[in-house]
Parts: sequence; C-alpha cells; structure tokens
Amino acid sequence: MIYLDHAATTPVKPPVLEAMLPYFTEYYGNPSSVYKLAQRNKKTLDDARAVVARHLGAEPKEIFFTSGGTEADNWAIKGIAAALKEKGNHIITTNIEHHAVLHPCQHLEKLGFDVTYLEVDGDGLVTPEQVEQAIRAETILISIMYANNEIGTIMPIAEIGTVARAHGVVFHTDAVQAVGHLPIDVKAENIDLLSLSGHKFYGPKGIGALYVRRGVKLPSFLHGGGQERGKRPGTENVPGIVGLATAIDLAYQDLAVKTARIKTLRDYLIDRIFERIPYCRLNGHRHQRLANNVNFSFDFVEGESLLLLLDIEGIAASSGSACTSGSLDPSHVLLALGLPHEQAHGSIRFTLGEDNTQAELDLVLDKLPVFVERMRSMSPLYEDFVQKNS
Amino acid sequence: MYSEKVMECFMNPQNVGEIENADGVGTVGNPRCGDIMKIYLKIEDNTIKDVKFKTFGCGAAIATSTMMTQMVKGKSIEEALKINNEAVAEALDGLPPVKMHCSCLAEEALQAALWNYAQKNQLSIEGLNPPPNYVAEEKGSTEEN
Ligand code: FES
Repeated sequence: MIYLDHAATTPVKPPVLEAMLPYFTEYYGNPSSVYKLAQRNKKTLDDARAVVARHLGAEPKEIFFTSGGTEADNWAIKGIAAALKEKGNHIITTNIEHHAVLHPCQHLEKLGFDVTYLEVDGDGLVTPEQVEQAIRAETILISIMYANNEIGTIMPIAEIGTVARAHGVVFHTDAVQAVGHLPIDVKAENIDLLSLSGHKFYGPKGIGALYVRRGVKLPSFLHGGGQERGKRPGTENVPGIVGLATAIDLAYQDLAVKTARIKTLRDYLIDRIFERIPYCRLNGHRHQRLANNVNFSFDFVEGESLLLLLDIEGIAASSGSACTSGSLDPSHVLLALGLPHEQAHGSIRFTLGEDNTQAELDLVLDKLPVFVERMRSMSPLYEDFVQKNS
Repeated sequence: MYSEKVMECFMNPQNVGEIENADGVGTVGNPRCGDIMKIYLKIEDNTIKDVKFKTFGCGAAIATSTMMTQMVKGKSIEEALKINNEAVAEALDGLPPVKMHCSCLAEEALQAALWNYAQKNQLSIEGLNPPPNYVAEEKGSTEEN
C-alpha cells in the first residue's frame, strides 16, 4: 500500500511503541499512589512533560496532557470564554479552522458570544492586519490555526502573536498539524495557548496536550481528581504520554533534513501533476505550506470517485469531498478559498510521510492522469466544457 | 463502505456516454451535495430503446447511474417510471444511509429526460410530474461558473 494520508494520522514508530510497552504491563502503577511502582511513573510523567515543553520553548508546568487535539481545542476556547466572560464576549477566529475549533465557537455563539470568522484569501491566509482590525474592547480570545489540515497553508503565527500581545488578548493556536513538523517557540511567537496531538507525528492516538502560558487563567474543563495539578483530572494515560514524548523527541531530531527531503518529494509531485493533468488547481499557498501537503482540485471530476480508484490501486489519499466525511457539504476550507462548488467537490489531498519514496509517487503519477481522464469522460460538466470550447 | 455490487458497477460502468439526436435529455443537480447527472434516451414505440448517462458524482452516484440505466433499458415508459431510487439501491445490495440521496439523482434524471421527451412530443405521460431539480436543456449548460 502507498500511504499518502499522513495529515489524517501516522503510524506509531517502532521506538515509540517500544518505549510505551512496559507501561502497559510492567510499570502499570497509578502515578497518584504512594508506593514505588507508582512513584516511578510520577517521575516518568515529569520527564515526559519536560520533553514536550522543551520542544515548544515552554516550561514543564505549562504543559497539560489531554486526550488529544479536540479536547485541547475545546478546553482552550470554552475555558477562556468562561473565564473572561465578564470582560467581554468577542472571539476572533478564521473560516478555515478545524471543526474542533469551529464547532466550539458556534456553540459559544448560541450562548451569547460574538464570533468573528476572518475570511482567508485565495491561498488560505489571514493577515495580522485583518486580526488587528477585528479586535474590539470586548475581544477576549483570538484562535487561529498554525497550519491548515486540508491545504497545508501556514499562518503568520508570530506576527499574529505580536498583535494579540500588543492588545492584551489571549491567543490560542490549534497547532495539531504543525507540532513535530515545524519549529515552534511559544515564547518568541507570543502564543498563550497551543493544542497538539500525538498521532500526527508518529505518536499514539488518544493523547495530546494543551500548552497554557503561565499567568493565563484557564478553568478546568473536567472536574474530578487532582491530576495535572487539578486542571485536567483523570488517571493519566501513562503509556500514551510516554509515547507522545518519545514521538515529539524523534520528530524534532534532524527536522531540517527530514523537512527538506519531504519538501523535495512534495514539489516533485506538484510539478508533475501540473505537467500531466490539464485543468487542475493547487489548493493552498504554493510556498507557505506544510512540507508534506499536496492538495489539488481536478476540474469536472468529483473527489470520492478518484479516491475509490486510487484505493483499488492501493493508494491511500483523502479528499475534501463531502462524500468521504459522511457529511454532504463540500469542504468549508475549499469554499473559503473561493472555489466554486464543483471544484471544492473535486479535490484530492496527498500528505507525505517520512517513509514515502519517489518511486511511490511515480506510481501515483502513472495512475492519477488515467483516472482523472476516465472520470472526465463520464462527466457532464466536461462534456459541456468541451462543447463550449470546440 | 460500499457493497461489492456498488464497487462492481462503479468500476465497470455501463451505458456511459451520449446519444446523438436523443429523444429525451434530462439533467438534474442533486440539491443535497451539488452533484450532477445527465440522461439521454432513445425512445421508440413507447419503449426505451437506448439510454446513456454522464455523471459528475461520487461512487454511489455512478453505480446507481449504471444500475438504473440497465434496469430501464428495453422497458416501456410506464414500466420505467415504476423503477424508483429504492429499487435501484436494492439492486445494488444497499447503499450506506448517507449515500441514499445519491440514488435519487438517477431516478430524477430519468424523470427529467422523460419529461423532456413528453414536452418535445406534446405528450402527457401518466404519473410523470415536472422534475423538481430540472436543469432546462435550452441553456445548453449545467455549469454554474
Ligand atoms: S455525494 Fe453527491 S451524488 Fe453521492
């Protein structure tokens, strides 16, 4: 199989699994207990927290482990809204956020909060000026993703951080697609809250973290025991946390080298798709994008049918098309870029990983033009297009 | 997520194409997802002699297009009108619930093509109503942009 869906999830790396395994059977103690078996795990948690903090430029005390990115996003957004509702009711975000940010925002709207969804440009970018203009006296939170999961566009986070800090507004970033893939320094970038998820960088699923800058008051989302200094109760997922820490460590090892390699593959794929397939469009910013993201719309063709054909050849990709997500609306991200409905429905996303090779991409490049051609020959939209242009 | 039948019809679609000087042509857009289907009919003596389709849509849409065209070929108009989307879905060994709406596309496109045929020949066909998502052929285009 050729796996090209690393933005959806990644396999757990063998050293990560190895590090985790003893914590299921051997070191199974509950870190809250007093005996040695348990205390050992308390130390394990401290170490893991320090590792995660180090890679983000944070302090260990600022890292709280969660069940994943969705929990971290929900906690950050609803938590700040609850904490600062006396101060104001206005939140700024963008129209291409992940649903783990958009849906909490929509929920808060029902509770009386006012949310500004900044419109991105054709490449999926918002500018720091847009953010600044949207800030009002009542603004309590800015939540803008670090990099977009569908189109890979990387937001100007440091610049937005500067604006947020200058206006004294709490700044959260959903960095689920960025952590482990881009160098991040929360202090230098003036980030107050940052969400991350382990399985996006070869760690396990079901584990993530929220960075909360010291001084930012964030009430607990769950109520229970005293874990995570009372902020995130629930017996710690020790194997998961060990896996997360090991994975983040590995991810940042030789990051520049790995990124350069993947970027070369990405550009190889992009350039050849343009060469071999007429009437297509690269979605997202050409350069300011994640090193592993390739997202194309093929005119006159619907995405799911292409995915099915690729799948039969053993190529796993994903689509911004409604059909794969179980909902019927085309991708809100692609619509936000200004794509017409049919193009938004005809997108395919390839997200590369560390193990992908050029030979694999060559296979994709062999098949894809044939599949697009085949679907076009069945498309009434293509028929109209050809008639009009003949 | 799809049955083997669906995948088979998707992989080996039948009756794809156009009919020159068709007796009836119908294009419909699916209001749920925006996908589009176009049907061409050749009708003689009240019988569907030939039928072709073009579909911009998901796997289920293409599979139902194939199945539906196979089912109506050779049938009288009245018989063809009795073949609804559920019958087509059943012939495909079912569709995932979220994909049921895709099978409506085929049913509605057939009705649109028959409506077009009836209009052209000033016939009134019992049980045939003006299709709800009908894209008038005169415009010669189904493109939105
Ligand atoms: S999702 Fe549009 S026809 Fe199936």
